[in-house]
Amino acid sequence: MIQAEAKKINVWYGDFHALKEISMTFKPNTVTALIGPSGCGKSTFLRLFNRMNDLISNFRLEGLITVDGENIYSKDAKIDEIRKGIGMVFQKPNPFPKSIYENVAYGLRVNGINDRKTVDETVERSLRQAALWDEVKDDLKKSAMSISGGQQQRLCIARALAVQPRLILMDEPASALDPISTAKIEELIFELKKAYTIIIVTHNLQQAGRISDYTGFFYLGEMIEHDKTQKIFLNPGNERTQNYITGRFG
Amino acid sequence: MSHLDTNLIQLKNDLIQMWNLVSSQMEKARLTLINGDKDLAHEVRANEKLVDSFELKIDMDCENIIMLQNPVAVDLRFLLSVLKINYNLERIGDYANAIAKTVEHSEKPWPVEIIEGAKIPEMFYIAQTMIQESLAAFEKGDRKKINRLFAMDEKLDKINAEENSIITKLIRDNQDNTSILLDAFSIIRKLERAGDHITNIAEELIFYFDAVIVKHSKLQKLKQNPLKAPEKS
Repeated sequence: MIQAEAKKINVWYGDFHALKEISMTFKPNTVTALIGPSGCGKSTFLRLFNRMNDLISNFRLEGLITVDGENIYSKDAKIDEIRKGIGMVFQKPNPFPKSIYENVAYGLRVNGINDRKTVDETVERSLRQAALWDEVKDDLKKSAMSISGGQQQRLCIARALAVQPRLILMDEPASALDPISTAKIEELIFELKKAYTIIIVTHNLQQAGRISDYTGFFYLGEMIEHDKTQKIFLNPGNERTQNYITGRFG
Repeated sequence: MSHLDTNLIQLKNDLIQMWNLVSSQMEKARLTLINGDKDLAHEVRANEKLVDSFELKIDMDCENIIMLQNPVAVDLRFLLSVLKINYNLERIGDYANAIAKTVEHSEKPWPVEIIEGAKIPEMFYIAQTMIQESLAAFEKGDRKKINRLFAMDEKLDKINAEENSIITKLIRDNQDNTSILLDAFSIIRKLERAGDHITNIAEELIFYFDAVIVKHSKLQKLKQNPLKAPEKS
């Protein structure tokens, strides 16, 4: 079974060929880590799955991206609807300047769900799933901007979970956090994969090793190797992958 | 050169020294036995402490690199292999020490016909060749040499399997040397075990070179399909 798939993806920013012939599949309830040096195209690739690159004026795509079998770049596809089903967590926590409660409830409200009981239940469930409930349950009306960076990041994850996404995309979600907050996010990712499919971009190779089931190594817009994480970190099939992960690159 | 590379090269050099030390211990144990040289036996026993301290140092260096530098892929395989090779070399060192101790405690020199009749020189030759060949395989990444180690171990096993009847016959014909022949039997077992430890080392070398685990059942498969070097991208 396949949750998401990229088939023969080519991306250009103007004349710059950013992604070259990339094909990858993502199985349900797995974590896939995308690794590679800066500028290799891994974030561009990640952002294809919620059509965030569409916002860039000279962006051009060839190939097929499907989520749950649906071509998310088809002419009939509605971008807002696609994004509702795909959660995104960024490098820096970006809570809305609202209360903790309203941050999580936001996705529901946008979807027209305002029933108090439903919203309450969803907020609690999402905060519990994001391992934040016990820390904020008595302060739900407090501003999201007043909690710590690590808590803000877990709040952003709770916000993504509230709409029960089909896919969760994470772009270096722990790179701005201290080791304790990072460990909490990693534990959380490990728990979340029981219910969700996760693609994560990370520069932290140890983190990729700790949390992912599969790892894809990108270099200069190409996907050099995609395999089980144990295989990549014990016996990579490609010399470039080995040079990168052992720090002998360049 | 990175800090990790420097540490790995140093570790490799230390392991090669350990290998040479154990090889030298085994050669001295052989000469001790053949010549009844008790002074050399003392030297082997004194050097045993050096083997032990080398083992500890290599273990500790491996632990430190794993702990502090998060090695992966070929570096991780190298370190895991070094840990196990180090253990196996130390065990072979123990056998050399035990052989020297046996000679040291012998009341009289061993008759040549008993040593040769029990095929001890032949077993020493194979075991020592295995130590040297395994070291060469490690230093040069030579997969052909690894394959030959398994064949040599089979030769040792074959001799060992014949030893029950050989020693029984020798005891029957040399009643005055029963004690020596019992010691000879013990030495034969140690040489056979030394071969087993080199086979373990060979398996670790395969894991280091190719990330393939050939222990136990998979060993048979490997023997039928000798290793080839992986293709480069």
